[in-house]
Amino acid sequence: MFEVLHSLLFSTLDAAPALVFAALGAMLSERAGVVSVGVEGMMRTGAFCAAVAALVMPTPLAVLVGMAAGAGIAAVHGFLSIRWRSDQVVSGMALNLVAMAGGTFLLESLYGPNGTPAITQLSRWNLPGLSHVPLLGALSGHAAPTYLALTLPFLFHLLLSRTPLGLRLRAVGDKPHAVATLGLSVPALRWGAVLGGGLMAGLGGAVLSTAVLDRFEQHTPAGLGFMALAAMVFGRWTPLGAFAAALFFAFGNALRIGLASSAPWLLDLVPQGFLLALPYLLTLLVLALQGQRGHAPAALGTPYEQESR
Amino acid sequence: MSLEDASLDIRTGELLAVVGENGAGKSSLMNVLYGLYHPDAGTFQMDGKPVRFKSPRDAIAKGIGMVHQHFMLVPTLTVAENVVLGREPTKRGLLDLDRACDEVAATAKRFGFQLDPRARVDTLTVGSQQKVEIVKALHRGAQVLILDEPTAVLTPQESDELSQVMRGLVAQGRTVVLISHKLKEVLGVADRVAVMRRGRTVAEVRPSETTVSELAALMVGEGSRGAAMTGVPVTAGAVASTGLSGTGTTGAMETRPPAPSSIGASQEAATGPVVLEAKDLRATGENGRPALQGVSLTVRAGEIVGIAGVDGNGQRELAEVLTGLRKLEGGEGTLLGGPLAGLTPALAKARGVGHVPEDRLARAVVKAMTVEENVALGRHRQPPFARGPWVDFKGRRERTDQLLATYDVRPPDPTVALQALSGGNQQKVVVARELDADPKLLVVVQPTRGLDIGAVAQVHARLREAKARGAGVVMVSLDLEEVLALSDRVYVLYEGRVTGHFAREHLDERELGRRMLGAEGSHG
Repeated sequence: MFEVLHSLLFSTLDAAPALVFAALGAMLSERAGVVSVGVEGMMRTGAFCAAVAALVMPTPLAVLVGMAAGAGIAAVHGFLSIRWRSDQVVSGMALNLVAMAGGTFLLESLYGPNGTPAITQLSRWNLPGLSHVPLLGALSGHAAPTYLALTLPFLFHLLLSRTPLGLRLRAVGDKPHAVATLGLSVPALRWGAVLGGGLMAGLGGAVLSTAVLDRFEQHTPAGLGFMALAAMVFGRWTPLGAFAAALFFAFGNALRIGLASSAPWLLDLVPQGFLLALPYLLTLLVLALQGQRGHAPAALGTPYEQESR
Repeated sequence: MSLEDASLDIRTGELLAVVGENGAGKSSLMNVLYGLYHPDAGTFQMDGKPVRFKSPRDAIAKGIGMVHQHFMLVPTLTVAENVVLGREPTKRGLLDLDRACDEVAATAKRFGFQLDPRARVDTLTVGSQQKVEIVKALHRGAQVLILDEPTAVLTPQESDELSQVMRGLVAQGRTVVLISHKLKEVLGVADRVAVMRRGRTVAEVRPSETTVSELAALMVGEGSRGAAMTGVPVTAGAVASTGLSGTGTTGAMETRPPAPSSIGASQEAATGPVVLEAKDLRATGENGRPALQGVSLTVRAGEIVGIAGVDGNGQRELAEVLTGLRKLEGGEGTLLGGPLAGLTPALAKARGVGHVPEDRLARAVVKAMTVEENVALGRHRQPPFARGPWVDFKGRRERTDQLLATYDVRPPDPTVALQALSGGNQQKVVVARELDADPKLLVVVQPTRGLDIGAVAQVHARLREAKARGAGVVMVSLDLEEVLALSDRVYVLYEGRVTGHFAREHLDERELGRRMLGAEGSHG
């Protein structure tokens, strides 16, 4: 029993970082008032660029390249939605499509349909003191992103609720005109949040191809970006809420894998497709149960125009 | 384009009022002064030196503060957070909220305001929110304070208090610029009055040397504007229905303008059959909080029933319940012969309910469609707008032409997009459409908000006309003057309950104000 639980926890912690980072990134952008449906595309771009970069440089550096790539996509989103005030949902979806098609095109023309060549994964750390403690031992043996994912949400919480910058970000997402009348720059704050969100989404993607897998695969991130959005909504646009929700979804994922491997007889009862869809169904269910978008920042998705109220 | 060759000089330590109609450019001029808008041409001088404000930051640095008509407060933050936003005190890089609260409390105290720095702004009354705005400006060291239509949303009591606050600031050597269209109020408080008309400053007067009607004439610019409006003569009397109050305690009859149309002249509470009888209505508001907590009211044919109250006390939800837009969660009622429970917009329409909603662009019209298409909306399946399953283009055009002429919509062109019309003319189209359906109950919300004097007078005339035709009219308005001018009876709502019910002859502005703030009393 312990063993099953241990392995479930272990794979949860392995799968969680990508979701946590992407959810935090999306939350950062949305708290400042810019819709972040493009997270899936930022993750895919980050994953691809990190995998390619890892072929020629140490993997940790490649992760930074992936982050920069995510921020690059976010910059396009920022340009469209802040500078040109286009519809933020449309812009984000367009970027998702571009990343989808562009990733496939580059992958197939450079490496073939089976993914990039294998790279050196991020090394895993063993925490000697913990390895043999029951359950807590599941904390040992992960790569650096897992430990980062367990701390960053708390730092984000501190940033948003306890720093001047956080206060301004919250204000700009709820009532940008109030921020503008105090002489602060609405575009600057939103740009910062969007780019920061891109870095985080890129990091989430890079983790997929450097820690979870050892290459960029055709379908990466396979909807994880949208699941991260769901985690953000379920977590009511708060860092700790999004963190908890991301862990929950990651657990759902681990459960699926665990079920398939530890109880093969289950596959005779339910089709495999159902098991594959399980995390997504869970996401849908959770969102449906939560109902209204009552906790979204008030000015979310509304382009800021100075001469209007 | 809203400013054209406007000049203004502001002197240290005075209370300068800037008056003008809606759209005369008062707010634009102030936003330019505050660095929010940028002038195409022209200059500013402060203390003899030319200045240029690239953003509000520059204006704030020069000691200018502004209280906007639509409050610039972040509703989800606390009072202290709103006040210190942009110049937050920190301790080791983190927000020092305790110090922020202390600082804000100190500033508030210095100027005699009572404010809880830790209260969330969205829990405050409108009057308190305005104080937060003022404290916000003073906290930044404002020497010149601009207040844009500060009394538009206040009760008479809160307005009085604000006047004292403004005089107090001037007594302390600060300069106050008051933007308003409430002339009587302005004359009572200002040292000097500047009048704006169509983007220009056209006159400057001292309150002691002028009268309300003189100011009104300057604002409207007799001659030119009067001639532009046929059908409804614009007089100082018509002005009274929007902006200024009569002689205080003598009551509503004094403030009532001469009826702008012949139909309006001869109406006295002709009480017909009951069209709406509602008991103990309950409903939940947009924010999930209870908005109606037991409202009972009766409306008869041939009367205008005013619903007064400070913004956000359930008026909107009441109008929505009566038009089938919001679900009734408790209580019962009869509306035009059918139950109020389970009412849908279609059902309401079928029973003869007309609706002029507050936000016409969101609820009454499709702005990108033509005027005639908008006139047909809701009746697009009936003659003369349709013949069988087909649009009756000819019938629709004829009816629209006729309505545009009757209701003096300018331009009278049925084929232009509705958004090409001015706000006042858009509203006339909505009113024309709703009245053309000959409603038995007409529900109007803020029917004249943002309209200019001429349009206000016309809309008011139409409401009286509907009443004379035998419709029951429920009119929700935040503008107390409007309520006083038109209503045969008035219900006052406070926190979703009726705190006052007055017949026309017992209407008293002060008493209404008291009830709007929650004071209970025996129902009149």
